[in-house]
Parts: sequence; C-alpha cells; structure tokens
Amino acid sequence: MTNALYRNARLIDPEAQTETLGWLRIENGVIAEIGDGDRAGGVDCGGLCLAPGIVDLGVKVGEPGERHKESFRTAGAAAAAGGVTTIVTRPDTTTPIDTPEVLDFVRRRGQEAAAVRFLPMAALTKARAGREMTEIGFLLDAGAVAFTDGDHVVADTKVFSRCMRYARSVGALIVAHPQDPGLSEGAAVTSGKFASLRGLPAVSPTAEKMGLERDLALVQMTGARYHADQISTASALPALARAKAEGLDVTAGVSIHHLTLNELDVADYRTFFKIKPPLRAETDRIAMIDAVRDGLIDVICSMHTPQDEESKRLPFEAAASGAVGLETLLPAALRLYHAEQLTLPVLFRAMALNPARRLGLPGGRLRVGAPADLVLFDPDVPFVLDRARLRSKSKNTPFDGQRMQGRVETTLVGGDIVYRRGAS
Amino acid sequence: MSFRQKHLLGIEPLRSEEITTILDLADRYAEMERGTQKHGDALTGLTQINMFFEASTRTQASFEIAGKRLGADVMNMAMAASSLKKGETLIDTALTLNAMHPDLLVVRHPHSGAVNLLAEKVNCAVLNAGDGRHEHPTQALLDALTIRRAKGRLHRLNIAICGDIAHSRVARSNILLLGKMENRIRLIGPPTLMPAGVAEWGVEVYDNMAEGLEGCDVVMMLRLQKERMDGAFIPSEREYYHRFGLDAEKLAAAKPDAIVMHPGPMNRGVEIDGTIADDINRSVIQEQVEMGVAVRMAVMDLLARNLRACRTPQGVMA
Repeated sequence: MTNALYRNARLIDPEAQTETLGWLRIENGVIAEIGDGDRAGGVDCGGLCLAPGIVDLGVKVGEPGERHKESFRTAGAAAAAGGVTTIVTRPDTTTPIDTPEVLDFVRRRGQEAAAVRFLPMAALTKARAGREMTEIGFLLDAGAVAFTDGDHVVADTKVFSRCMRYARSVGALIVAHPQDPGLSEGAAVTSGKFASLRGLPAVSPTAEKMGLERDLALVQMTGARYHADQISTASALPALARAKAEGLDVTAGVSIHHLTLNELDVADYRTFFKIKPPLRAETDRIAMIDAVRDGLIDVICSMHTPQDEESKRLPFEAAASGAVGLETLLPAALRLYHAEQLTLPVLFRAMALNPARRLGLPGGRLRVGAPADLVLFDPDVPFVLDRARLRSKSKNTPFDGQRMQGRVETTLVGGDIVYRRGAS
Repeated sequence: MSFRQKHLLGIEPLRSEEITTILDLADRYAEMERGTQKHGDALTGLTQINMFFEASTRTQASFEIAGKRLGADVMNMAMAASSLKKGETLIDTALTLNAMHPDLLVVRHPHSGAVNLLAEKVNCAVLNAGDGRHEHPTQALLDALTIRRAKGRLHRLNIAICGDIAHSRVARSNILLLGKMENRIRLIGPPTLMPAGVAEWGVEVYDNMAEGLEGCDVVMMLRLQKERMDGAFIPSEREYYHRFGLDAEKLAAAKPDAIVMHPGPMNRGVEIDGTIADDINRSVIQEQVEMGVAVRMAVMDLLARNLRACRTPQGVMA
C-alpha cells in the first residue's frame, strides 16, 4: 500500500513548527500532497497525531557478537512499534564495525532482517582503541553515515586531530562522546551527596565539560564536522553555545533518559538506571530540556543499549551500563509534552528533522517529495509499562512499571505499514 | 520493644528508637559477657552463615563469637577464595545458600549495595558486615555503645571523625547514626579524602586537626588504607602523620576528658600515635572490640525475634 491517503490527522510539522488538522497523500512511498482541512476517502485518523518517523541516532544492535541481547529483527520490530523509522546503529559491537568487510556484513543483515530503515555508523579508530584511524574513505563508500568510537574517548589528542582532519577531507561526520577519560574512569554515578551516601564511585559533571571543550578546540583547529553524542550537564552548555556562535560545524544530542530521569532514580542501587554518562542532578535535567527547546541541543536519541539480565543483576559498580529505549523514546518524550515543557513540533524537530538533516537524509519532515516515513500516534492514552512486553530481546528499561502516556497506532516506512497496533 | 527490621542493611533505615533498643539490649549482653555465665539461648536452633567476600579477621571473629554465645550453629564461608572465582554470580551464590535454609546471613562484600541486592533474593535475615564504601552498621552501633558507656549519653556531643572519610563505610554509618541521635559532627581530613557533596550532609568539615578537634568530646580516627598512601591521595605517609596523625599535641585541642576511638586495625605512626592508642585514660579502642560482640549479639537476637514472629502462624503469637 504505497499509495494512500491519511485524513483528519493532527499534522506535526517540525520544519514549520506547526500543528494543523489536515490530510496527507502518499504516492509511490513518497509524500505527494499535504493539505489543510478535510477531504473524502482514505484512512480517517480520528484527529490523532501524524508526524515524521523518528530518526534514532546511536542505536546499539547486538550484531555481530551479542545477538542474544538484540538482533536486527528484534531491534527493527522494537523500532517500528516505537515510531522509529530509521535506526542509526553504533559500531561498538563485539568485533567492532571498523572494516568495510564487517560493515558490509552488518548492512546485509540489517537490510534482510530489520523492518525499518537502518543506517550504520563505523568506528573512527581501529578496534575503537584510539590509536590508528579506520579506513574512513572505504567505510564511507561502503555506506557508513558517521564515524564514532562510541563511549570510548580518543584520549590521544594527536590521533584525534588527525582523524578529524582526515574525516573532514572526505566530508565524514564524527560522533564523539565528550568526557574526560581520567576523571570519569571507573565511575558509576555522578558525584555529589547522593553518590557519596551510596558509596559509589562517581564522576564530577566537570568531566563532560572538559571533554567537550577539548573536542571543540580540536574542531576549531581542524574544521571537522562534529556531533557530540550526549550532552547531559548544564556546565557543558556554554562551550557548545560558543562553538555554534563561532560557526563551527557542531551539533549535539541528549538521551531521552537524561531528559526524563535524574540521579535520585538510582535509589537503592537499581542497575537498570545505570547508564553512560550517568544520570545527573535535577537542575541538569531541566537545563537539558531548556537547551532542546532553544535548539542549542539538536537531537534527542534513545541511546538504545540492550543488556541481558545477567549483566544487570550484579552489584551496581559491577553491572553493565545502558538502557533499551527504542520503544519508550516516544512515550518518554511525551512526558515532556504533557508537562508542558516541550511542544510536539519541538520534540519532532529533535527526534526526526535534526538527526535526518545532520546525516543528510531526505526524511524527518512533512514535506512533499520526502519519503513517507511516518508515525501515527495518540499522545494521550495512558498505560503502565510492562518490560516483559517489550519487543527488544533485552528488557533493561528504567521505565518498567511506570505510568506513561502515548501509544503508536501505525508506523509507515516508505508508505508501507511496518507496524499497526494490535496486528502483531 | 521497638525494632521492626527484617534485615540490618545499614543505619539509614533505622529510627532512633530502634537504635536505642539495640544499644539497651547490647548493654545487657555486655554485662553478661563480663560475668561467669557468658552463654545465652536466643539463637538456639538457628543457623548463622558468615559470608565474607572480603578478607576480615576481627569482624568475622566477632560475629562468630556473638552467634556461638547465643547458641546458633555458625558456619564461616571464605567467599574470596570460593565459587566467585569459578564465575558464579553473587545472586546464584545467594540462592544456593538460601536453599540450605540459613536463618541469619552475615555478609561482607567489596561492592557498595551488594548486600542490599543479596537481601532481595533470600528469605532469611541479612546483616551487612560492610559493603564497599557504603555502610558498616554494626561498627557504628558498637561505636555508639562505647560512647554512651563512656560519656553517659549519646546526644549533644561534639564528635570528630578524622582521616579517610571518602573511602570509609565506617564513617558513613557513624555519620548517619550520630546524626540521628542529634550530635554535632565534624569531619577532619585532607580534601582529597573527603567525599563529594559532603557540605550537604549536615556536618562541619575541617582540613586542620587543631581547629577541628577544638572542644570535642569524642575523637574517632579512621584507618588509612595502604594503597592510598602512594601519592595519589596524599603526598606521603610521613606528611599525613604530621598533619593528620593523632598525637598528644593535637589531642590537646579536644576536651580534657575526650575519648579516642579507632575501628581497627590501626596503623600506628600513620593515623595515630602508639602512646595515645595505648593510653587507658583516653583510648577506648579495646572497649570498642568488646562492645562489638555485645552489639552483634543484640542485633542478631532482635532480628531472630522478628524472624520467629514472621514464621509463627498467625494467632499462635496473639
């Protein structure tokens, strides 16, 4: 069904920053026509929200190496159910994606098995070890959309600056994890009263600011295209604002968990709340929401990181970090909408338009000629999240048992229905 | 009696009445131990397992003696050399032991929160014998009992805790307990050994011994771990001793009748001068060890009462 008409829908347009009641016609998998008001025929959306599908930048799939945690099939199903139409995967797999051969394998697996669009990122340095750069040119030709060592920081500034210069010469985007590796070594939580009372190894929020300032100085020196994967502390924001004001080619993201949770959620050592960077103070969380609203932070992502029960059922320090997020990204983001902190067009600017733009993708917008990657959702339906019902193979969500609002009705990729509530 | 806990995981969940209940009972056990009839029967028929994932001599011995004096069947498991080396997880170990139906599980573990995790998985009473840098509740209770016996009260005292606060579970439990009992707490140590956010704990922080000890009733010294003496946290052992080691000169700033405490084992000549430690007029370090057994008897007795009450079919108790 690549030709279709969806009418009586609340159209969320992140480009125009508007919400209007109207209709949208799809032809050959592409948005062919958009109009206000109502018209006859097609699918009656009953006034629900129709928005561009989410482009999730930085998803971990367990292939290769950790398929027991997440496969392309399960990640794709989770994405479709969560309104995510494009997943941009991380190369921090076991056997990192650092050669064109591995990338090719991953691409084929993804295209075979995933229900949604899938674009891989490749490692910036071999084995993500921070010593030698990967074959950035070949990897780019093989389809890598960006280069990142995941949460490994390239500590050697000489190596990093060379990677930046080389990447710039071929037009490649670098996605980095701004963090001072010395200060953050071994940390499980953010330092402060809570961490000290719990007796957990902690990192000062200053480590993020230091990491970002270092990276931005190198960007200024090399002219690289740079995206900070996650900014989570208020003290890092001035450096980001300065870099943007100076016209550097810099963008930044934040994970949905840093926008909706804070350090106190760890409570009595709940390891599902152990993520990287660790959850921050409430003042930081509020500052991140403001930064998304102002456009200083460009992208909201899920930082989907599947971990099995064994790696989480350990003492907090020893437990693995990361949380799944593909299916909870939208309902968690809607908490910010219901709290009247962010509007739907602002949320979809950060979840769809900006990540698509940053990667040079045609999607992420409601515009004639754009691919019909869409999500139809009811922003209000309440539910209690049951982690056992997640489609991800790993169930490590911090939202288990929590009351949430918002339900995806239909997800379309290229006009094809990849998810319909109740159908699967 | 006011003691409603199922486990003793830390001082944090205890109410001040519960602390008093433990100390009152421990006082009675302390007297009993000094008499000729050292044995009670509060734990008769119960099985106590000591699981120490971190090497310990004194605490383990103290728990073992406490259990035996009250008639429990006590078993020690040196976990550091055991199944964890074979890759078994903490939870599997806990479940395995749980299947043997212990009644009291005494646990020490190098990771903060590990004892809480274990307590969720077993259906006996769990006692925290120290977890990472988090808590060491029986140490704080025995310190409190020692102070109460020496000073006649456990409130409105000026108490200084000196040394490596950042890495000390003893300090955390003591700060919580002494705070709940409404004492004025001062922390003294170099800033590199102070935890982050300490200013929000409701304590006074000093980096100078003479200033911090001014007018104190109680001086608690903490052990400085060998691995922290190498220059990463303090410049050297001798500079530390010079600035923060307790000697007669520094102690002179405290009240003339101030008592000196140390959880042991001591590094004489690092954090405390040997003559102070041995001064029977000032040092209560030996009494702390003695009170350790009494406090552990009291805590296990109280937990066992709650355990038996839970296991008794309803109606029989009433």
